[in-house]
Amino acid sequence: MQQTPTRTDRDPDRARDADRTAAPERPGEPILSVRGLKTHFATDEGVVRAVDGVDFDLHPGEVLGIVGESGCGKSITMKSVMRLVQHPGRIVAGEIRYRRPAGDGKKAIDVDLATLRPQGRAIRRIRGGDIALIPQEPMASFSPLHSIGDQIVEAILLHQRVGRREAKRIAIEKLAEVGMPNPQQRFDAYSWQLSGGLRQRAVIALALSCNPSVLVADEPTTAIDVTTQAQVLELLKDLQRDHGSSIVFITHDLGVIAQLADHVVVMYLGRVMEQGPVRDIFHAPQHPYTRALLQSVPSLHAEPRVALPTVSGSIPHPLHRPTGCPFHPRCPDAMPGRCDVAMPAMASVDGRPPVACFLHHDQAEEDAA
Amino acid sequence: MSETAPGSAPAERTDHRGDGDDRVPGGPPLLQVRNLKKHFPITGGFFQRVVGQVRAVDDVSFDVHEGEILSLVGESGCGKTTTARCVLRALDPTAGEVLFRRADGETVDVAKLRESELRPLWREMQMIFQDPFGSLNPRKNLLEIIGEPLYVQGVTSRQARMDRVAELLNLVGLRPEYMHRFPHAFSGGQRQRVVIARALALEPRLVVADEAVSALDVSVQAQILNLLLDLQRRLNLSYLFVAHDLSIVKHISHRVAVMYVGKIAELAPTDDLFRRPKHPYTSALMKAVPVADPDHRAALQGLPGEVANPADPPSGCYFHPRCPFAEERCRTETPQLRELAPGHHVSCHRAEELDLDGIGDLESGGDGAERPFGRAPAAPASADAAPPAEGPS
Repeated sequence: MQQTPTRTDRDPDRARDADRTAAPERPGEPILSVRGLKTHFATDEGVVRAVDGVDFDLHPGEVLGIVGESGCGKSITMKSVMRLVQHPGRIVAGEIRYRRPAGDGKKAIDVDLATLRPQGRAIRRIRGGDIALIPQEPMASFSPLHSIGDQIVEAILLHQRVGRREAKRIAIEKLAEVGMPNPQQRFDAYSWQLSGGLRQRAVIALALSCNPSVLVADEPTTAIDVTTQAQVLELLKDLQRDHGSSIVFITHDLGVIAQLADHVVVMYLGRVMEQGPVRDIFHAPQHPYTRALLQSVPSLHAEPRVALPTVSGSIPHPLHRPTGCPFHPRCPDAMPGRCDVAMPAMASVDGRPPVACFLHHDQAEEDAA
Repeated sequence: MSETAPGSAPAERTDHRGDGDDRVPGGPPLLQVRNLKKHFPITGGFFQRVVGQVRAVDDVSFDVHEGEILSLVGESGCGKTTTARCVLRALDPTAGEVLFRRADGETVDVAKLRESELRPLWREMQMIFQDPFGSLNPRKNLLEIIGEPLYVQGVTSRQARMDRVAELLNLVGLRPEYMHRFPHAFSGGQRQRVVIARALALEPRLVVADEAVSALDVSVQAQILNLLLDLQRRLNLSYLFVAHDLSIVKHISHRVAVMYVGKIAELAPTDDLFRRPKHPYTSALMKAVPVADPDHRAALQGLPGEVANPADPPSGCYFHPRCPFAEERCRTETPQLRELAPGHHVSCHRAEELDLDGIGDLESGGDGAERPFGRAPAAPASADAAPPAEGPS
């Protein structure tokens, strides 16, 4: 985010080439590394492979955007990371390495979250304290029976060694930080007394209350209006700039991704199709699915009432996954005998960001179905 | 309304699928809404007495011409859906006229018709709903779902219904063999095609589409938008298109009405509205939409505060508490919708003096020229990055 002002000054084409040749500069060691994550749901009708081999890294101070359509597994991926997947869902393979250096009065942590017991003490300490969630539905994240202030205090008392009075001070401070007007009085307000925008701010204050190192925002603005959405997105941008928080931003809105993310992961049917720096994804998309996604959104700046380029068909039913590359039945460039047989591995060519597509390389995944 | 929007060169009809045309269809209006009001009572206390009114729609007037797509756009609670429902008489308006010109040339006031007189009228006006999962009966197959309006309107022969349903399924891009299947076998996009087929069964002239593509995934949304545009052209339909997404509204409409707390803030031909907005709220809405281009990262400009409460609206102009240009007059005097330029209506006291940003000004170059904005069809970078992309399928 810090480089943005200088980058926009440059000629976009040149900047684009420079970006592609240079190794993507991502800050520091990853704080979160997900490797080969598979989360399956054993239902009566069969096994739904909601997340089926996902790799990505989150670096400190970075906004990682996970984008995809419904059923692509973007939310389940992050629920798996937080170990919030409910029965019959289960992490069947993979590693979720969470590494945090010591600081802020907290000890260094280096743990594989996938091995922890989902209800255990260790994950409960990390969840909320280290990795906090901003959910989509702000109404559902507060109890209507307790004031928002009391609920924030409860979270602080759970995760920090402070007294009730100090916790209240922190809670009011956090409410002020997220731009809640009159935080002293709003401390005693109930969630149903707040408007959509203020409620979402209160949720963000709750998420921030324990100074998490990673913030997971799961479609935080989908339920609110566009002028209010702009306020919330600006708030998240400010928080990221001022605190250097790492944010995982899950959304289906490409506009939000373009405005906020540093690095983008594009998912389809539980697999990562392509990932890379935001400018590469938007200006030089490699995967046919990414290209299709970008083209099918009408732009405020495009010619009106002309046919939009579309992808044929629709997202397959999760129980009827196509063999090979999950996108091949809808892909305009699918190669018969190749794409429908083997699953392309995630590989990068000529220093470009990694992509899972046989149009770019020939590496298949060994254990592909 | 036959004039071309000033300053916009009429596009040549080169594309056989899209007209890309800025012309607003003229001719006598098919639908004239005049001073429409819909108030919902708020009851309270022990005897459930009426203690207030929610002014969901408060004095709204507009026309829809033959073959025109008029959009109602606004944030939640602005009254766009209530307006659409009043037009169809799914709700009874509190006051005002909804004049509909029937196929036989007679103009009727939908707002005043009796229940029995409405049924023949509903052949000519139909609705497409937002949620394709909630609007189809899971216990009926497509033949029954699409055939029901036919049956109700007197097509009693099963064979005749089957023929018509097959024809309709073809029209919306589904295979006629599907007519014996049930809704659960279809994806969201296919279901929305079924909803559209049902709406078109009686050959309506006006289709009210309430957030018809909002619930769909983007790749499917584009298919349905294309279908709606294609059908509109082929059948010369008129749409009253209710939506909250500005990009979609810009894409589909001939004219746009921006609503705020039950009133129309601005009503203008699409290109005019987006390039030269005259109401501060219209401009603010545009600035709040995140642009899908990482090279154009501007601070998103939200509005301070929240949408006003329609049960207790502010004095004067309803928008004044959030308006950066508000002055004393705006606090006391309610502005009326007036015609500022031909076809461009606005309800703002200061519309003449304000120079507001349209989409042209939001681009970095500020030249107002059409730029593809990093979209793959014209983006140079995508051509060398991969084998040639497929054109529109």
